[in-house]
Amino acid sequence: MPSATAPPDTGSAGCVLDRDGMGALVRELRARGRTVIGPTVRDGAIVLAELESAEELPYGWGVELEGGHYRLRRRADAAAFAHSAGPQSWKNFLHPERVRQWTADRGPDGELTVRAEPPAAASFAFLGVRPCDLRAIQIQDRVMIGGPHRDDAYRERRTGAFLVVVECTEPGATCFCVSMGTGPAAQPGYDLALTEVLDETGHRFWARAGTARGAEVLDSLPRRPADEATQDRARRGVAEAAGRMGRTMPPVDLRDLLADTLEARRWDDVAARCLTCGNCTMACPTCFCTTSEDITDLTGDHAERWRRWESCYDLDFTHLPGGSVRTSARSRYRQWLTHKLGTWWDQFDSSGCVGCGRCIVWCPVAIDITEEAHALHQESLADRAGAADGAP
Amino acid sequence: MPEAHRPRLGVFKFASCDGCQLTLLDCEDELLPLAGEVEIAHFLEASGDVRPGPYDLSLVEGSVSTPEHLERVRRIRADSRHLVTIGACATAGGVQALRNAADAAEFRAVVYAAPEYIDSLATSTPISAHVPVDFELRGCPIDRGQLLEVITAFLAGRRPDIPNHSVCFACKRRGTVCLPVAHGTPCLGPVTHAGCGALCPAYGRGCYGCFGPSASTNMPAMIPLLRTEGMADEDVRRLLHTFNVRDFAAIEPAGEPAAGEGG
Repeated sequence: MPSATAPPDTGSAGCVLDRDGMGALVRELRARGRTVIGPTVRDGAIVLAELESAEELPYGWGVELEGGHYRLRRRADAAAFAHSAGPQSWKNFLHPERVRQWTADRGPDGELTVRAEPPAAASFAFLGVRPCDLRAIQIQDRVMIGGPHRDDAYRERRTGAFLVVVECTEPGATCFCVSMGTGPAAQPGYDLALTEVLDETGHRFWARAGTARGAEVLDSLPRRPADEATQDRARRGVAEAAGRMGRTMPPVDLRDLLADTLEARRWDDVAARCLTCGNCTMACPTCFCTTSEDITDLTGDHAERWRRWESCYDLDFTHLPGGSVRTSARSRYRQWLTHKLGTWWDQFDSSGCVGCGRCIVWCPVAIDITEEAHALHQESLADRAGAADGAP
Repeated sequence: MPEAHRPRLGVFKFASCDGCQLTLLDCEDELLPLAGEVEIAHFLEASGDVRPGPYDLSLVEGSVSTPEHLERVRRIRADSRHLVTIGACATAGGVQALRNAADAAEFRAVVYAAPEYIDSLATSTPISAHVPVDFELRGCPIDRGQLLEVITAFLAGRRPDIPNHSVCFACKRRGTVCLPVAHGTPCLGPVTHAGCGALCPAYGRGCYGCFGPSASTNMPAMIPLLRTEGMADEDVRRLLHTFNVRDFAAIEPAGEPAAGEGG
């Protein structure tokens, strides 16, 4: 597993941008024709939305997170990235909730014309991708374009996206990227990596390029060489963040744990609390399931196929002739968790969880993936101890 | 080529406010094309030109609330190839079903100056309690887009794409920040049937369940959440017991203060 605390060696010490430099970065990316998406305050949350200027970043805002609880908090300082995962993730842009796939028209002579939807040209720049979310993007890459069935529209959006990772220096109470090996330091895959530093010498960002196009953007910005103090302070901020994770996963092979606990009593316990509302799956940055939607117009001569987000909590998700396969909340929660932590490995050679904590925060009844994993672990230990004691 | 038979559409009303059939008139851009595809044979809110059945598709609004309704609903069913109920009254009995668990005679006495002229049943019940229905479209009122989807699906002979999941799906897809989580606002979204496009939460108001329960609810977990968000038992009961009182009351856990009495 790659180290979660050491920044990757970019081959250079990088440079330092001040707050004006951040403004210039947004201007430069926009001048290059990119739609810059980044964090901004809206409706009592730090959401991801198009930024016209870096001044729309959430300077001075932090968040208070707990299970089923999210509140904006004013910070004593002016940090722009001292917040962890919000209500959305980058999948909202790379894997949009509803996409047209093809249209069909029937002509006067009855002849059918079917047209595949041309991939929409998209040129995003994502500003403020957290390391856990960079991993989430890579996990969705494997799903959408890394196997035998490839989604060209996703590929178009993804390859066009310029990624500015901002390392995590302020993890939330629901974060556990260290347990999942995805943060808080940036791992390869970014165009630019930034680390925010605020101290008596000022508010600045230690910047490194991860790609040639990243270096080209960086070279066009007002900047200064990275001094030792800034680098040290940045590295220390990230290292300290690793020690302030609000949550952990049990220190076991989660894939084995889930495979061994399919009949655990804990599933009944969590099913009694689960609303089956589907929020966890839609807030999750890696959940990718979709369903097809066929629409016709009133004449019946025009039809369209759309793909939209679907969730394993939806009864219709497993609807077959005869009804739904997973009718109980128990079976649906178990499907989600075993896939996320266990069978994702069998399917895609990785975990489906990056430790961002969104499913914990945005669950209205505060069901906590780490608490459930710990409970399954404890139940399995207790059962094993009981078996060793010869108990029934 | 001989002109194809245009399907005949009927729109009928029982105990209701007319808001759901008004949704059909609100389909401004689609109304003329629709009138080209179907023969609107019975739609009193739009036209006095009433033609007898049979109807290929009947849209039925309102609940069965009077002795006369009992007979009329059977007649309409017999006249209809497909019968689709529209709105909370027709699918759940509506707000007037509050009388089901109360003293209907007392209600009548309070509301009407001369209650002896009122001939109503002791209960308000959905159309499906009396005749088989082919599809139930929910909402108070129904959603315009969903109504068009049901009609176009009928015309194409396909199943309407009307998801049975929660309003949370719509909020997340729309990008609305979760009201209970980020603001502590009580919201019935997690147990309410989608279809409105999560309209209220998009404007900062908690869902009040006007589409009725979703296909998968957990009321024993939902009701304590509403209390955590500061609702008193009486408020919880009022929230659940409005337009879809019959359907929510049916899934409330026994012993909950929310359960039981209507009003």
